[in-house]
Amino acid sequence: MHQFEINRLAEIEIFGIDASFTNSSLFMVLGVALITGFFALAMNGRSLVPTRMQSVAELCYEFVANMVRENVGQAGMKYFPFVFTLFTYILVMNLLGMIPYSFTVTSHIIVTFALAALVFVVVTAIGFARHGLGYLKLFVPEGVPIWLMPLIVPIELISYLIRPISLSVRLFANMMAGHTMLKVFAGFVVSLGIFGFAPLLFTVAFTGLEFVVAFLQAFIFAVLTCIYLNDAVNMHH
Amino acid sequence: MDPTAAKFIGAGLACFALIGAGIGIGNIFGNYLSGALRNPSAAPGQFTNLLIGFALAEATGLFGLLIALIILFS
Repeated sequence: MHQFEINRLAEIEIFGIDASFTNSSLFMVLGVALITGFFALAMNGRSLVPTRMQSVAELCYEFVANMVRENVGQAGMKYFPFVFTLFTYILVMNLLGMIPYSFTVTSHIIVTFALAALVFVVVTAIGFARHGLGYLKLFVPEGVPIWLMPLIVPIELISYLIRPISLSVRLFANMMAGHTMLKVFAGFVVSLGIFGFAPLLFTVAFTGLEFVVAFLQAFIFAVLTCIYLNDAVNMHH
Repeated sequence: MDPTAAKFIGAGLACFALIGAGIGIGNIFGNYLSGALRNPSAAPGQFTNLLIGFALAEATGLFGLLIALIILFS
């Protein structure tokens, strides 16, 4: 489909690897510039009584900070910048994709998989750094009879290793399926002629729902990152 | 059977996984709502759990969709 196509805007090749600047990269740069610009502008005054822009920025901060505090606890606030970056990045990418004729970066599985793999590597590294080899106890739940261990440990191991896949597929499939559905129903509007108003109404309603999904998926990605961090930082199972 | 036809049938069958996701998500939201109506004051505290359950239930269905996409486009 046209909206998911990647076009090379500038051909760059580094040591035989295709590292061209594509429309995907363009929207990533645009998104990061938007986030940085917004927060730089909003926090410019830094007044005690916040201006409108500053209260939006503080709202974003409080929202993610509360999420980290609730799920990971005070020890997790060290990793707040990581979660906040992930959340704002995914949110802005999803919302940018909702603008007609723009490109949804998160509708490509390689992008979401890179993000999820980063989360996986970071969480595993934090776990081993804080608990050493004791982190492997995560796969051996307490209070399980010994004869169940040969069954439980592989299941825990698989559910741990499948995390990056489920995290990336969820975001990718939601964004891609939503945009495809809008496209398919928009096609019905013309082909149905006089009855085209019914799919048109559906498309309008579904666009609203897509905005909710765009926010929800960013939120879920951040919450699950917090939960994985909680495993690594506190090790309650 | 024509291999292309078999491919499309297979992709369609793989989408059956989404039935389970639909049942699961409906269950989670329905139970959350009935719990929230019984004890509205406890509802906001469980909102994060609701979304986590929703995300986990959805992920299993989306694996099936992913298989369908792999069959169709590779």
